Amino acid sequence: MVTLNDYLIVSGLLFAIGFAGVLLRRNLIAIFMALELMLNAANLSLIGFSRFNVRNGLPDYNAQILVFFIVTVAAAEVAVGLAIIVALYRARHTTHVEDLNSLKF
Amino acid sequence: MAPPLFWTFSAIMLLFGLMVIIWRNLVTSALSLVVCFLALAALYVSLDAFFIGVIQILVYAGAVMVLFLFIIMLLDLKAEERRRLNLPAFFGGIVVIALFVKVLFDVSYGFQDGSASFPAIQHGQQPDVWYIGLTIFQQYKLQLQIIGTLIVVATIGVVILSKRELK
Repeated sequence: MVTLNDYLIVSGLLFAIGFAGVLLRRNLIAIFMALELMLNAANLSLIGFSRFNVRNGLPDYNAQILVFFIVTVAAAEVAVGLAIIVALYRARHTTHVEDLNSLKF
Repeated sequence: MAPPLFWTFSAIMLLFGLMVIIWRNLVTSALSLVVCFLALAALYVSLDAFFIGVIQILVYAGAVMVLFLFIIMLLDLKAEERRRLNLPAFFGGIVVIALFVKVLFDVSYGFQDGSASFPAIQHGQQPDVWYIGLTIFQQYKLQLQIIGTLIVVATIGVVILSKRELK
């Protein structure tokens, strides 16, 4: 029997993997991809709760709408983020975070 | 929601998610991310969220990952060269992640309600897209317009950012 806890643990592990990617990778695009993993982990737990919270024999569709909006915003975020990375690469010819330290205190 | 299917797709998702952050070659990472998203879509379908599963495949595995691959190939990024590892930061990161996973398991096993099985829903009478459309267009009209505006603003912003001369 698969329970809500199983889904929550799988989603949390996916979040931990994305978190590890953000902390340990040193390439901007790799960090960005790990960020997408974290976003999707949150979506998975939202859908899990939506299916768990059954009302009138139907899953809670408000959560699914929220996921739909999150996916939309994430797509816009990816477009803007990648445009910034391209602009940065034109200016500095690198996507390695340790070479991009002009804001470092 | 057969348990073998759930565990198979979870394992595929976590394995390829791990490969995203392990491989140094960005193209390999991006293709692993596609497989990870496909397995995630299968998990959505196992939770009776068919529309979200289709959206996941179309938007993420399709559009977003094509954008990633396109940028990786446009910038012609070689595999990340091996540099001297910042050891304190590396072990700090590992410790933070280990603590996060420990808290995750503690909270999940302390959450008694979550160990009940999923309640049944009326199958056959569940046109998923129909209910989602009703909810969006009856309860979330304004939010939908705001999201549309956001997309337009993002598109214009990307075009301006990508211009060669920023004024």
